[in-house]
Amino acid sequence: MIRYFIPVALFAVLVVLLALGIHQAPRKDLVPSPLIGKPAPSFSLPSLSDPGKQVSTAALRGHWYLFNVWGTWCVSCHIEEPELLAIARTGVVPLIGLDWKDSRRQAIAYLQAKGNPYQQIAFDPGGLEAIHWGVYGAPETFLVNPQGIIVYKYIGPITPRAWARDFLPRLPAAPAVSGS
Amino acid sequence: MIPELGQFALILALLLAGLQALFGIAGPALRRDRWTAAVVPAVAGQFVMVATAMGCLVSSFIENDFSVRYVAENSNSALPLFYRIAGVWGAHSGSLLLWIFLLGCWTVATAFGTLRLPRDFAARVLGVLGAVSLGFLLYTVLTSNPFVRLDPPWADGLGLNPLLQDPGLAAHPPLLYTGYVGLSVAFAFAGAALLEGRLDREWARWTRPWTTAAWAFLTCGIALGSWWAYYTLGWGGFWFWDPVENASFMPWLMATALIHSLAVTEKRGLFKSWTLLLAVLGFSLSLVGTFLVRSGVLISVHSFVASPGRGEFLLGFLGIMIGAALALYAWRAPKMQSEAGFELTARESFLLFNNILLVTACGTVFAGEMAPIISNAFGLGKLSVGPPYFNPTFLISMLPLLALLPFGIHARWKRGGLGGRGRLLLVTLAAAALIGCAVAFGVFTGAGVLSPVGMTLGAWIILASLIDPIDRLRRRIAIPRAVLGMTVAHIGLGLFVFSLTSVQAFTAEQDVALRSGMMARDGGYAFQFQGVKSLYGPDYSGEQAKVIVTRDGRAVTVMYPQKRNYWVQHMAITHSAIFINRGSNILVALGQDLGDGRWSFRLQVRPLVLYIWIAALIMAGGGLIALTDRRYRIAEPAADQAAGALAGGKVR
Repeated sequence: MIRYFIPVALFAVLVVLLALGIHQAPRKDLVPSPLIGKPAPSFSLPSLSDPGKQVSTAALRGHWYLFNVWGTWCVSCHIEEPELLAIARTGVVPLIGLDWKDSRRQAIAYLQAKGNPYQQIAFDPGGLEAIHWGVYGAPETFLVNPQGIIVYKYIGPITPRAWARDFLPRLPAAPAVSGS
Repeated sequence: MIPELGQFALILALLLAGLQALFGIAGPALRRDRWTAAVVPAVAGQFVMVATAMGCLVSSFIENDFSVRYVAENSNSALPLFYRIAGVWGAHSGSLLLWIFLLGCWTVATAFGTLRLPRDFAARVLGVLGAVSLGFLLYTVLTSNPFVRLDPPWADGLGLNPLLQDPGLAAHPPLLYTGYVGLSVAFAFAGAALLEGRLDREWARWTRPWTTAAWAFLTCGIALGSWWAYYTLGWGGFWFWDPVENASFMPWLMATALIHSLAVTEKRGLFKSWTLLLAVLGFSLSLVGTFLVRSGVLISVHSFVASPGRGEFLLGFLGIMIGAALALYAWRAPKMQSEAGFELTARESFLLFNNILLVTACGTVFAGEMAPIISNAFGLGKLSVGPPYFNPTFLISMLPLLALLPFGIHARWKRGGLGGRGRLLLVTLAAAALIGCAVAFGVFTGAGVLSPVGMTLGAWIILASLIDPIDRLRRRIAIPRAVLGMTVAHIGLGLFVFSLTSVQAFTAEQDVALRSGMMARDGGYAFQFQGVKSLYGPDYSGEQAKVIVTRDGRAVTVMYPQKRNYWVQHMAITHSAIFINRGSNILVALGQDLGDGRWSFRLQVRPLVLYIWIAALIMAGGGLIALTDRRYRIAEPAADQAAGALAGGKVR
């Protein structure tokens, strides 16, 4: 009886269609943040090392930079620190830090002990600026291009592999900025 | 330590599920009695291991163990305990573990329920359940292990999606999954019958209570999900034809068809191969639904984070599982002969129409669900299928279904005819039409064409369902639980149709901008805005507005719609205020601050919407009543029927 084979035949067609569907599936993992492709939030915050000075996005225009959100209370940031120092030494791109929900005294002591990878650090004790950047939890790192557009966002401590795989290919081949 | 214990338990459960499947399916086939006898211990062992794994994950959540990746990604130390526990099934891996845990619960219940059935048959049922469990355990261990550690651990977790921070999360997935997974029992009974190559009326009697129980849970789960979406998401609706809603609705339609087809198989020994097919398809659709939701093929409000490999694995698993069942069906079904014929006007015919219409409805939903995938696969561009497709196509099969129902429940088996109830049916139809038109044109105004029709049908189903019980009461004949359950479920359906029509036709909705002290009118109510104040919660801050609601000058209530900003996830959520007055749902959602003291509001008055959910619960209640019928108590296999009946009586 042929008709009893109809269900299994239809099902086979369905499986083929679904298999095709998987490969065409919209890749959600490529869009981890709605901010990607959007201008970075503009801010002007007091500098961590010198409260009299301001760190502002206006001054950062025209250069590539890495915007790294961290805090001394953040365990994963401690893990990330050596890799950030290594990135800073290559001079491929300057690091701008956002010290998030932290105490100034502790943060300065921490950087003196471990080394400072950042060119400038904005101080955000209330955590308001981080909200504008849509930060979930430290550390988070944003790659911003000279037009002030967020090109990439990375969640969690940067590893050497992530740096080579996710960041370097997005940066222009020649170092855009020499270390200052 | 505890996550490793959980991981270990999960792997042991996997091995035991494999043994359960092997012993249950191969034991009876190869006539190895010791294998067959080992099935129940394997079931018990597997359940203990699955429960241990579940307990370990719950404990990791309670202890805020952020060295476990799944915990760190879905919980946070600021999260209240309640949501830390409910958060266990807030994302992919944990909800999969819940799925497996509930499957374990059903399997244990089935093991108890089949103790008195022929041993080989019971072993095959449990064997098929073992194979299902094996597939899901493999899937979890290989692609979605919830116990993976983070090295180094995070200082704190990312937190639970604020949309999920709601009591609904605690109840909706477990209930829905209980229904989903419960269909696997009917599937296993069908699988056992196919493996055995034999199916009789007894088989249908054994299968019915399991199907009805799963269906009742599924009904509750879907209704609760719709309630949750309605008041948490503040979208002001109850059904959106979202791909994931459809994924739960399609098995429901199939299970409804199966319940009715099983009735025919039990009473008359007909529709055997059809019933088997429905039992296989019902569970298959819940597997396909799981695949659609979790593989990232479709985009929906429910979408889980897709990760490569998961979709392929699930597709392979469901291909093997359903493919094997359908191939077995093609081989065995031709031998399952029907025992008798029937007249065109017999109840069998009506139940056949019921089945055809329900399966057609399911097919139209499935087509709408698949269309975007097909169009995408053939590069025809992005296609979005929504209510403009689903509403009319669904109605085309539902209207005849509803119109035939009152005849179906009164038609006699085999010979046909309405048994002298034809006039009574006409009288109830006239009364229903009167009620329908009175409500559609009298109570409300501006009714369209469909609303009196819908209301008449709903009222007619309720009235026609009452004929038989009232007749039995007058003649002082006991009403069997199965009949009572059916009546209750049909009354629920009638109420559902009635209230659905009323909501669709008479909802009043508008967006307004108000300054403090200003008033707006909507659906017969007046809304006065009384200003906004700040709001502070455990992990959010926001604004709360005060709105005084009056009707005809009399105070009805004061409503406090909120807007919350969750800090950790940086997400703004509208927490609309909902008030129920005479079954109507009044919803006020706070929109944006428009500056100079003005705020935007969405006002909505939906008449009778509450009854949609009540009706769904009544339907589920009908199912639960029906499955307590003493007919489903399985007596000792020996001929001692009287003793069995006595034992059944005692239990009551």
